[in-house]
Amino acid sequence: MNTPPTPSSSNRREGPPADGFSILRPPSPPIRRARHRTVLPGFGISAAITSLMIVALVVIPLAVLILRAASLGPTGFLAAAWTPRARAAYAVSLGSSLTAAIISSLLGLLVAWVLVRLEFPGRRILDALVDVPLALPTAVAGLVYSTLYVEKGWLGQWLVPVGIKGAYSLLGIVLVLVFVSLPFAIRVVQPVIESLDKDTEEAARLLGASRSQTFFRVVLPGILPAVVTGFALALARALGEYGSVVFISGNMPFKTEIAPVLIVSRLEEFAYAEATAIAVVLLGMSLSMLVVVNDLQQRLVRNSQ
Amino acid sequence: MSIRVDGVSKSFGAFKALDNVSLDVPQGTLLALLGPSGSGKTTLLRIIAGLEWPDSGRIEEDGTDITDRHARQREVGFVFQHYALFRHMSVFENVAFGMRVRKAPHAEVKARVDELLHLVRLDNLGARKPAQLSGGQRQRVALARALAIRPRILLLDEPFGALDAKVRVELRQWLRRLHDEIGMTTVFVTHDQEEAFELADDVVVMNEGHVEQRGKPEEVFDKPATPFVMDFLGNVNVYHGRVENGRAFWHGVPIDYPDYPHAQARAARVYLRPHELDIARAPSGGPSEANQGTSLAATVLRQTRTGPITRITCQPQEGGSELHVDLPSAAARQLGLQPGEAVSITPRHVRVFLPDPEYVI
Amino acid sequence: MTSKPRHAATATSPLGLLLITGAVATVGLLIVAPLASVFVDAFSNGPQAWWEALAHDPDTRHAIWLSLTVAPIAVLINTIFGVAAAWLVARFRFPGRSLLVSLFDVPFSVSPVVAGLALVLIFGRQGLLGPTLAWLAVKVIFAWPGLVLATTFVTLPLVVRELIPVMEAIGPEEEMAAVSLGANGWQVFWRVTLPNIRWALLHGVVLANARAMGEFGAVYVVSGHIAGATDTMPLRVEKLFQEYRTPASMAVASVLAALALLTLVAKVFIERQLETESKELEAARAPGADTDPTTGGLGP
Repeated sequence: MNTPPTPSSSNRREGPPADGFSILRPPSPPIRRARHRTVLPGFGISAAITSLMIVALVVIPLAVLILRAASLGPTGFLAAAWTPRARAAYAVSLGSSLTAAIISSLLGLLVAWVLVRLEFPGRRILDALVDVPLALPTAVAGLVYSTLYVEKGWLGQWLVPVGIKGAYSLLGIVLVLVFVSLPFAIRVVQPVIESLDKDTEEAARLLGASRSQTFFRVVLPGILPAVVTGFALALARALGEYGSVVFISGNMPFKTEIAPVLIVSRLEEFAYAEATAIAVVLLGMSLSMLVVVNDLQQRLVRNSQ
Repeated sequence: MSIRVDGVSKSFGAFKALDNVSLDVPQGTLLALLGPSGSGKTTLLRIIAGLEWPDSGRIEEDGTDITDRHARQREVGFVFQHYALFRHMSVFENVAFGMRVRKAPHAEVKARVDELLHLVRLDNLGARKPAQLSGGQRQRVALARALAIRPRILLLDEPFGALDAKVRVELRQWLRRLHDEIGMTTVFVTHDQEEAFELADDVVVMNEGHVEQRGKPEEVFDKPATPFVMDFLGNVNVYHGRVENGRAFWHGVPIDYPDYPHAQARAARVYLRPHELDIARAPSGGPSEANQGTSLAATVLRQTRTGPITRITCQPQEGGSELHVDLPSAAARQLGLQPGEAVSITPRHVRVFLPDPEYVI
Repeated sequence: MTSKPRHAATATSPLGLLLITGAVATVGLLIVAPLASVFVDAFSNGPQAWWEALAHDPDTRHAIWLSLTVAPIAVLINTIFGVAAAWLVARFRFPGRSLLVSLFDVPFSVSPVVAGLALVLIFGRQGLLGPTLAWLAVKVIFAWPGLVLATTFVTLPLVVRELIPVMEAIGPEEEMAAVSLGANGWQVFWRVTLPNIRWALLHGVVLANARAMGEFGAVYVVSGHIAGATDTMPLRVEKLFQEYRTPASMAVASVLAALALLTLVAKVFIERQLETESKELEAARAPGADTDPTTGGLGP
């Protein structure tokens, strides 16, 4: 019968070193270690470049903007940012951006679905064309849209007589905002549709679900978080858009003037305080939208799991 | 080059990867760090290579403290688990890399790379990209690349883990021969005991950040020092028994256990390896229902043959969990046991561990 | 972006055809028609008129030159920033890391006009640094440095956003291997990291460049819109339009649109390379299938 050593004694051979001087050796002290704990080089320089750029370009400018607005005091701020014209501009901005983001999300879902799930001639070209709004300067888009939808334009000649005014109107604003935000809505949803498990859909069909039941109960919950993300990106882009809208909206105060356009016109009047106050409201609007949408998205992700 | 690991600890957040580990690797040894994932073996290897730093403790090389020496200066040959070959470089450039960054003359680089590619039997593949190689070939490129800098020690992280079974065995034997040829101190990490036992001079079994046992392969296999090692090596029957008065009891069958001479009974765990059990048909007409001497009465449940070994699964008469007995298939055929037959089982070799308060079953 | 559809059977079904028609109509009406009309309008008076509108107007010439200067500088700055920031975030763990990552995205959710305004508040004549800059006789707002700053801000996330996921997918092992083979920091970067991320970097650079060439809002605010001095091409498009010189405006717009098309072609090409590389990466991680006949024996 063998006599096993206890577990602790198995380390016996790692006892004191055999050189006989071990007693003179100080016990291994805890050694000071680099904070980032990796042998990879370049932490210092990359941290320096990154923080310099972020601080100089993002943190300081936004801080200055907010501090400048705060220096107006509550009443001064309200007087500058909450004029009837400004309120109208917020409403136009918010309304047209939300409408555009919703349209973009729906159309984006359609296009993404078709690109992923259906094979047809020209699919790859269509896929590439989706990115045009990312590459085309928005000023060009605005210019073209305004010429397309005026009374003599390619599309305007048909649409204006039936009462659809696509230029110098709210509709025009929504149109260009859909244009600039569409790629975001498509590109976020597309990979998620690609990663969907086709077997679950087939299983649902085999279990007797109709095509629409399958879509709404099986497919949609899986892609909804991505649709919401795409919506958020589209909305953020639409809220801040200036270049294309300025061409097509006509920029009529109280009617088709969006907040960024109002900021610029205040700036051109050297009304810095007012411009700053409106800018802070716009900034707050986009950031709070992001927070709301992020929260919604996380809830959706949790639900679909 | 000999290595000494002295009281090394390392935590990742709340996870203690290494807990005061010490280890000596004499010059020229081929040592295996064996353990399950999360046992700290890879962390230890990376600390030796300088790819991680210990929180405390130190690493010595021939008696010199190299704990704070940067990986770049350690001159350690490291073979990564997934090889980490430079994807955009040819095989030749991969192997040449270590010399190129040291600005070695071109002729010397060429000669050394050719020599190494010959050594790893990839003479004609220097122009290929890693993506065009098979797994075994990539493994050998990684090895050649590590050897190119004339390292003082060679470290391999799961060197055969990503290969299929046949290539694995081939490469294993080849690496052993290579080690015998160049005699470099080599440490490799594996979770495969067969690999460790076949390849290594010395095996270190690790678990939860500490060393469970170190020894020659046959030592570790024949005399597992701890219940963990016994369990990790696997293929063993485990029973809960008791010890008292210098004897351990397994299903009431007494076994000598002089380590525990006390009268007060204590729970113990009894380990029996399937190939260390004798099995015989119970004497007909005899009291097949009872244990006799050091034999256990049991009933045959089934036999399964895997190549040269036949495993007989039995049920002790007293109840309790099933018991495996391994016999050479020829012997089993000769014995010709049928399911339901009464047998008596006699252990040739038993290990008893008193429960370690820290070791949870 | 262009993986093969796994299931193409419904393409000919009525619903499939309806969906395809919808998608094609969306892209056609919203994207292709405007794009096509740029070129049609720009050349409606013949190539001669187009060329004259571009080459014979000194203000337009200056705008083209300014755009070709400002955009590359901004892209260069963002390339350096993008590589540094991606390296920092993908290779190191440190406190504040996730906050930093979310700061990278801020320019996406800030209106370019607001960004331009913030720069004016800092560098403008009445801005924070206004007096200092006046004393130094350095002009930022209403001058090209302001254009570069504004353009850099709006394109800030583009390069780093491309690099982080790619660098995370590649992992640090190759770089660790290079370090253990004795490479120093720059050697690791130039010989291992950069070749591995080159297509992702190029992708980011192409996108950033397109955005930089086309930026309007932020640049509009900081430029002062001075013809022949601070007008970039998009600003020139607007000015010509406001001056009721639509054909000339269209001519400049057509150059920008052509650039956008070039960008798209480059993008498609680069994405194909990226796809190939990510497949290679996957293959390299997969357990080696030793079917290669050239493996050869390992006999002594």
